[in-house]
Amino acid sequence: MPAGIWAKCPRCRNLIYRKELERNLKVCPKCSYHHRLTAVERLEITLDENSFQEYDAGLASTDPLGFESYPDKLSEAQAKTEQAEAVLTGEGTIEGWRTVTGALDFYFMGGSMGSAVGEKVARAAERAHAQRLPLLIFSASGGARMQEGVLSLMQLAKTSAAIGRLHDAGLPYLSVMCDPTTGGVTASFAFLGDVILAEPGALIGFAGRRVIEQTIRRKLPEDFQTAEFCLQKGLLDMVVPRTEMRSALSRLLAFVGAPRLVPVQIEPAPAAQP
Amino acid sequence: MTERRPSPAADLDRQLADLEQEIDRLRRRSREHSVPVDAEIAPLVERAEQLRVQIYTHPSPWHIVQLARQSQRPRLLDFLGTLCSDVMELHGDRLYRDDPALLAALARFNGQPVVVIGHNKGKDTKENIARNFGMPYPEGYRKALRAMRLAEKFRYPVISFVDTPGAYPGDEAEERGQAEAIARNIQEMSRLRTPVVVVITGEGGSGGALAIAVGDAVLMLQYAVYTVISPEGCAAILWHDASRARDAAAALKLTAEDLHALGVVDEVLPEPFGGAHRDPDATFATVREALQRHLQALRTVPIEVLLDRRYEKYRRMGRILEESTQSIE
Ligand SMILES: [Zn+2]
Repeated sequence: MPAGIWAKCPRCRNLIYRKELERNLKVCPKCSYHHRLTAVERLEITLDENSFQEYDAGLASTDPLGFESYPDKLSEAQAKTEQAEAVLTGEGTIEGWRTVTGALDFYFMGGSMGSAVGEKVARAAERAHAQRLPLLIFSASGGARMQEGVLSLMQLAKTSAAIGRLHDAGLPYLSVMCDPTTGGVTASFAFLGDVILAEPGALIGFAGRRVIEQTIRRKLPEDFQTAEFCLQKGLLDMVVPRTEMRSALSRLLAFVGAPRLVPVQIEPAPAAQP
Repeated sequence: MTERRPSPAADLDRQLADLEQEIDRLRRRSREHSVPVDAEIAPLVERAEQLRVQIYTHPSPWHIVQLARQSQRPRLLDFLGTLCSDVMELHGDRLYRDDPALLAALARFNGQPVVVIGHNKGKDTKENIARNFGMPYPEGYRKALRAMRLAEKFRYPVISFVDTPGAYPGDEAEERGQAEAIARNIQEMSRLRTPVVVVITGEGGSGGALAIAVGDAVLMLQYAVYTVISPEGCAAILWHDASRARDAAAALKLTAEDLHALGVVDEVLPEPFGGAHRDPDATFATVREALQRHLQALRTVPIEVLLDRRYEKYRRMGRILEESTQSIE
C-alpha cells in the first residue's frame, strides 16, 4: 500500500488524514467505506494485544505443476506482504475468549487458495478440534489459485472436510466474509460457518460479475453480490461494521461457550489412595 | 514458452480444419448444382481420416479438451440406461424447483440398489437448452444432496457421474446461494455414511463438478478433463488472450493421466481409439467393470474406516513446502 500522509478514499474520493483513517480501523470517516486490510492488520484489530501465537509460519506453496511464472508471482507476493502465504493462522483471544483464528490476505495473490492455504486452514480446523477451541476465519479471496490446477480445487474438499469434523465434534465455527470473498473460498469454508458475518459493502459471490453479465446478457444492479444484498437474500446472518466486529465476535464466542482465558487453576493432584 | 509459434499439433489441427472446410464446400456444390464430386472428395476424406489418426494417437491436452466436450460423447442418460435397471428418477430439491441440469435417481446396478446422481448434459441443442448444458443451479446440487441423504439412510452406495462445464453463472443462481450449495455438498460428501463412487465422464468443470465429486473412489475416463478453470478462462485471466486456451490446457494439467499422477483421481478408465463416442459399448463395458469392482471392494469396509480413509485421502491432497517439521500439538 502506498505510504504518505493522506489517503484517498476509493469510494467518496475524499482525502483522509492517514492517521485518522488508521485510528478508525481503516473505515472512511466520511462515507464508512471499509478499506481492505492485510491479514496482519486484520489480526491486529481483532485479537487482544500480544495474544496471537502463529501456527505453521514456515508453510508455503510450491509449484506442483511447473506453471509458467508461478514461482515469480509467489516470490513477489512474499516480498510485498512479508508473509509466506495468503493466510495467517494461529491462536489468539478476543476480549479474553480463546480462539483459533485465521485471516486470508487479499494482498497475497488475491488471497487465492492453493495447497498451502488449504493446508493451513485444514490444520487450523484440526487444532481447534484437538484443543476444543472455536474456529474463526476471516475470508478475503478471489478464489482458487489456478496456478495449482485441480490441486487448488481439491483444497475446497480438504478444508470443507476438516470443518465437517469440527461440526461433528460440536465445536463452533464463525466465518467472517471481508471484501472480496468470491469463487472457491465461498464454495468451501467461508459458507460453512455456524454463524456467517460480513463486513459492510464486501463483495461476496461465487461467479464474477462480468461472467454473469455475459451469461445472462443483462447489466446487474449496482448492489449485486454486496454483503447487504446477500443478507437480504438470506445467505448471511449479519453484516457488522468493522468498529463493532470485536464486540460482536466476543458476544458470539460467549454464546457458544468458548473457553475463557483465565489464570490457570492448577488443581492439586488427587492423593493416591492406598 | 510465451512466444506464439504454432505447435505441430496446432498445425495438424489447421490442416484438418482446412480439409473439412474443403470437403464441406465440395459437398455443398454437389448438392446445389447436382454435380457428382465423389471422385474429388474421396482422397480428401481419406487424408482427413489419416490426420485424425495422427492427432488421436497421441492427443495433446487441448485435443483431449475437445474430446471431453465432443457432442456425441456418451451422456449420463446413456450410462444410466445401459448400466442400470429399474431406474426411478427423483425430482426437486423440496425448496424451490426441479433442476433438469442435474439428475437424481434410484436404480439397480447389477441387481443391487444404488442412488445415481449426475450432470445431465444433452446431445443436441434442444436437449442442452432444456437441461441448461448440464450447468446446475443451487437447487440441482440440493436435489443431489437430498438423494445422497436417501442413500445414506438405506446404506445404499452413491454413484455420481460428472460432466459439466461448471455451475451455472447466473444472477438467480447467485441469489439462491450457489456457493453455499456447492460448499454444503462438498462437506456432506466428505462425511456421507455410505460408499460414494465418482466417475468423471466428460467435463469436470471446477466447483460445479466437485459439488458431486467427493468420494471413496474417483474414476475418470481417459479423455475426460477435470479443471479448476476452463482453459479459455485461464488464458483470458493470465495472458488476456482467450485464444491461448491451448497453452492453458497444457499448463493446467487437466487430463486423466495428469490427475492420476497428482493423486486426485484413483483410476483412469481407458477409452476406445478416438474417444468414447467411437465405441460407446466398449466404454460402457469398461465403466461397468470398474464400478462393479470398486463397489464390491467398498461394500465390505466398515463405515468408520471408510470415512477415515475418505478424510485422509482429501486431507493429503496438494503439495506444500514446510520449513520446519516441528509439531505444535
Ligand atoms: Zn470515503
